Amino acid sequence: MSLLRVRDLDVSFTTYGRRTQVLHGVSLDVPAGAQVALVGESGSGKSVTMKAIMGLLPQPPASIEAGTIHFDGDDLLTMRERDRLKLRGTAMSMVFQDPMSSLNPVFTIMDQLGTILKYADRRLGRARGRKGRVARVHEVLAQVRMRDPERVASSWPIMLSGGMRQRVLIAMALLSEPRLLIADEPGTALDVTTQAQILKLLKDLVTDNDLALLMITHNLGVVRETSTTTYVMEKGRIVEHGETTEMFAAPRHPYTRDLLAAVPRLGGRKGAA
Amino acid sequence: MTAPVLELRGLTKTFPLKDGFGRARGEVRAVDDVSLSIAPGEVFGLAGESGSGKSTIARMVMGLDSPDSGDILLDGQSILGAASLAHKSRVQMVFQNPGASLNPRRTVGQSVRVALDAHKVAGDRPARVGELLDMVQLPKHFADRYPHELSGGQKQRVAIARALAISPRLMILDEPTSALDVSVQARVIDLLESLGRDLGLTYLFISHDLSLMRNFAARVGVLYLGQIVETGDTGSVFADPRHDYTRLLLASVPVMSAEEEALRPTIPMIDGELPTAEELMALRAKEGRGTT
Repeated sequence: MSLLRVRDLDVSFTTYGRRTQVLHGVSLDVPAGAQVALVGESGSGKSVTMKAIMGLLPQPPASIEAGTIHFDGDDLLTMRERDRLKLRGTAMSMVFQDPMSSLNPVFTIMDQLGTILKYADRRLGRARGRKGRVARVHEVLAQVRMRDPERVASSWPIMLSGGMRQRVLIAMALLSEPRLLIADEPGTALDVTTQAQILKLLKDLVTDNDLALLMITHNLGVVRETSTTTYVMEKGRIVEHGETTEMFAAPRHPYTRDLLAAVPRLGGRKGAA
Repeated sequence: MTAPVLELRGLTKTFPLKDGFGRARGEVRAVDDVSLSIAPGEVFGLAGESGSGKSTIARMVMGLDSPDSGDILLDGQSILGAASLAHKSRVQMVFQNPGASLNPRRTVGQSVRVALDAHKVAGDRPARVGELLDMVQLPKHFADRYPHELSGGQKQRVAIARALAISPRLMILDEPTSALDVSVQARVIDLLESLGRDLGLTYLFISHDLSLMRNFAARVGVLYLGQIVETGDTGSVFADPRHDYTRLLLASVPVMSAEEEALRPTIPMIDGELPTAEELMALRAKEGRGTT
């Protein structure tokens, strides 16, 4: 039984009276504790898929025309908004891409993480006092391997480097002990050495806490580093999926083959391009 | 050996650090005693992360900034203090973000013509524009299109056509494909390679993408905090990196296969984590066997 199960998802957008279908029968599975990647180039529909799963698609202009999304057996598309709110940011949470713009510049890290935690607690009917929240924020900051959680908590975003801000965003996603983490291109805005640290951190967190990870990215190197199963999207369709290293060694679909062939190799050219 | 197209000698540039009231609080060495030379027809790669000084070097070679000390020689002549237009007609630049470097109110043809007009190039303008578009493998009728009608890859081709308009000696490519999808990137790089061969262009290629650099640049210089820490033939630098920073950079590249994984140097972990560049340097200094 998959933790996240998407079946035959059709999504279309209607703008100026013109309807464009952007997802065509997308199906994917994220088993509990598994690391899955959804890879595609810009416009392939990976972000729309992610937004449909998180319930963040603006409707209208978007409309989910067919298909189902199940999380832990519950149908996300038919459940009441109140119940969905209980899942979003708690059992399933997101790590956003841009550490510069995803944090509010005028509040400290403690203010921002504390507020998120407060509302998550309220939605789930958990009782936790201010002291408990402060302790939990320090705890998650330590979990993302901040050397000095107290100092980070009292900082404003501008006082932190890009890599540290990305860690704060990961900490934010971990606040309510999620079971599924959806990561949208984490680290793409960072330098390679910092990106490598962030990817290693995510991988360690996922395995240590038995989290499921859905990694959304355009970077095939990142896919290979972070996932065991890969879905390749092109023009709103899943064109190939399978075990990551097998697929990279022997891609079956022509699009996957082209995509893999287009990536420059660290060892220099492989045969004639 | 033939005379180099570009030669940098002890190039240094510092910027003042200012506090909230605009008072000088110190200075930062963005480029620190950088020397390199690029032979005709060569692709020289400058690799480095943000803050390493690679863009400052590009700006100085373009003549957009002047160095505090050191010299920049183009075909053996210093460009410092020289008539700027004469210099600019020999160096052109392709920027990172094609969406921002093209004027949205100009058609593609107009954008390319600006370069021709500014340098008072003689000849039939529409014919030359058509020829340039042909060189970057775009249909001639694209001259009447506006940037918003083009894809990212097409826009970058237009930016390349514009840079080629005045037949430069040296092209500076500042992360020319980092905003593009991989499949588009591959085609743009192929185009740059064939143009380089056909027109005998010399490239200064700036990027943080080491896999791309390995495939495109013949020689590479690795920049760290304004200094070139390692330079040489790309193949040998990548196969046998001498400096810890180069090793860290290579170890950080996400790769696609087990063979490539084997190519990455191993880096000592600090507390079970990949160290940052500063931590690694500090560790080496402590061990007393830093490689530089």
